[in-house]
Amino acid sequence: MQSLRSFRHWSLAATVFVFLGLYGFAAWKYEGFFTLRVFVNLLGDNSFLAIAAVGMTFVILSGGIDLSVGSVLAFTTIFIATLVGKHGVHPAAAIAMALGLGTLMGTGMGWLIHRYELPPFLVTLGGMFFARGMAFVVNQESVLIEHPFSTSVQEFAIRLTARAALPATVLVFLVVFVLGVFVAHHTRFGRNVYAIGGSESSARLMGLPVARTKVTVYALSGFCSALAGVVWTFYTGSGNPTAGIAFELDAIACVVIGGTLLSGGVGTLIGTLFGLLIYGTLKSTLDFASLNSWWLRIAIGGQLAVFILLQRFLSRTSPVLRPI
Amino acid sequence: MKQLFIAAIAVLVIAAAKKPATIGFAQVGGESSWRTAETESIKSEAQKRGVNLKFSDAQGKQENQIRAVRSFIAQGVDAIILAPVVETGWAPVLQEAKRAKIPVVLVDRGIKGEESLYATLIASDFVEEGRLAGEWLAKKASGKAGIVELQGTPGAAPALDRKKGFEQAIAKHPGIKIIASQSGDFRRSQGKEVMEALIKKHGNEITAVYAHNDDMALGAIQALEESGRKPGADVIVVSVDGVKDAFNAMVAGKLNCSVECNPLLGPMAFDAVEKALAGEKLPKRTVVEDKVFDQANAKDALPTRKY
Repeated sequence: MQSLRSFRHWSLAATVFVFLGLYGFAAWKYEGFFTLRVFVNLLGDNSFLAIAAVGMTFVILSGGIDLSVGSVLAFTTIFIATLVGKHGVHPAAAIAMALGLGTLMGTGMGWLIHRYELPPFLVTLGGMFFARGMAFVVNQESVLIEHPFSTSVQEFAIRLTARAALPATVLVFLVVFVLGVFVAHHTRFGRNVYAIGGSESSARLMGLPVARTKVTVYALSGFCSALAGVVWTFYTGSGNPTAGIAFELDAIACVVIGGTLLSGGVGTLIGTLFGLLIYGTLKSTLDFASLNSWWLRIAIGGQLAVFILLQRFLSRTSPVLRPI
Repeated sequence: MKQLFIAAIAVLVIAAAKKPATIGFAQVGGESSWRTAETESIKSEAQKRGVNLKFSDAQGKQENQIRAVRSFIAQGVDAIILAPVVETGWAPVLQEAKRAKIPVVLVDRGIKGEESLYATLIASDFVEEGRLAGEWLAKKASGKAGIVELQGTPGAAPALDRKKGFEQAIAKHPGIKIIASQSGDFRRSQGKEVMEALIKKHGNEITAVYAHNDDMALGAIQALEESGRKPGADVIVVSVDGVKDAFNAMVAGKLNCSVECNPLLGPMAFDAVEKALAGEKLPKRTVVEDKVFDQANAKDALPTRKY
């Protein structure tokens, strides 16, 4: 186990190192980058991505993948906006319903994956089209959310300094993150996820509840996607069926850059957090440098390649992870 | 020594005052030649006026654009020019700009919600464009047509308004009907794809095409040609924007009419920014004048088209 631990440490250290390097570079190069406000914006502008990435981390740890994240987010935003804006439902009730539906969709996909032994890639691809289509069924146009409850959540913020404040969306993410770390490392469910991702057949032989764990992982991801959608509605004050296109790929990129192996079993949520910070820093740097946004795609692509190679290199030196 | 010190401060103050204004421009993306022309117009006008322009391209995603505006605020720009991706969802971030006392000038698309959040909106009247297109088509088709409508991005203001204006215009002619209406997302490839599917479904019922922008119309023209039809003759094709490729297509006889939607908003946008920075009150809406071009006048106008 020693070398597995050292892999984890090295991989996390590499992620943290890259983040510090990037942030340091941007802070040195661009005036006004090294401020608390920009750092808080880093979390605030990406809080919905961060929440989805927490769910995605569990899915990837279990050896699966969830491509429906962006569509579930879009469905949630337009579902809430339509209920609140057109039917006069209280936002809290609409949010509760949306979270329920997101979890239900995730559970459904998890059940299909487990029951019929279907590849997660295909099932969640189907889920992606289904949820996107349903979003357009609910409403084809973007809808404003105007409700005192929503406004008060939007305006709620913990002031840190005169220019920087922690908005509610970041607080939601922090709660999700802390809960996620607790579940991953201090519960039986968390240990089962790691075990299944490491080797599903061994986990089964050990008598672990593979079925229940797998379904729960997708349900959790569905819940996180829906919660990301809820945060999106607070971020923009509206719902939009075209929101979050290719959003799941951003979430996967954050998880992988954060040192989680796509084959499952190895990775941490703290790594995902740093993966997200790297992603956010790259985005902010581009805005400060007024570069065209395709440079972001190129930078992320380069980062992914480097991290995958690094993982391959590290796992080769580790007997536990050597490919069989 | 003291004099030297004062002189140094004076130099610093003058330097600070002369510092060029920094303006952030949050663009939607580069999905069509129209938008590229708009971006170029704003960039060249910034250069002409010696403005330090920060540019951000949101790739058609609202979350990217909101982030860009927030990053402009964090960078302390003097003013922001915003071409919003969609009409909704701007209140929180524009509220932030307002608190930071940064004026926001909207170009080419409006937003829903409070008017106090922006200085002015500089845009064409999309409803009017749709109406002009509808009237031209009704006249050309002499009161009888089966129309395929290619809509823009769902929820986007130009798509909604061009649809509305067009429907108003053809409502007076009972023989003219829209037989199918689908989104082609303002893209040429999508326009072609949707058109192909609709040709398969409706065949010769289709006698006219109305596209919310030229790019989709050009895609549809390709699809019509591939199915063995003659766009511009068998099927009337009408669109909005008036980009150079559309003029070429009109000269070639493949496109019948394009209602101009002028993207060269740079000069107007910077005039508005300067006025807003000087504390002048601006009208909430500045309408850009648009013209109708068809095969009759396209050839003469072609050499003067900049985009």
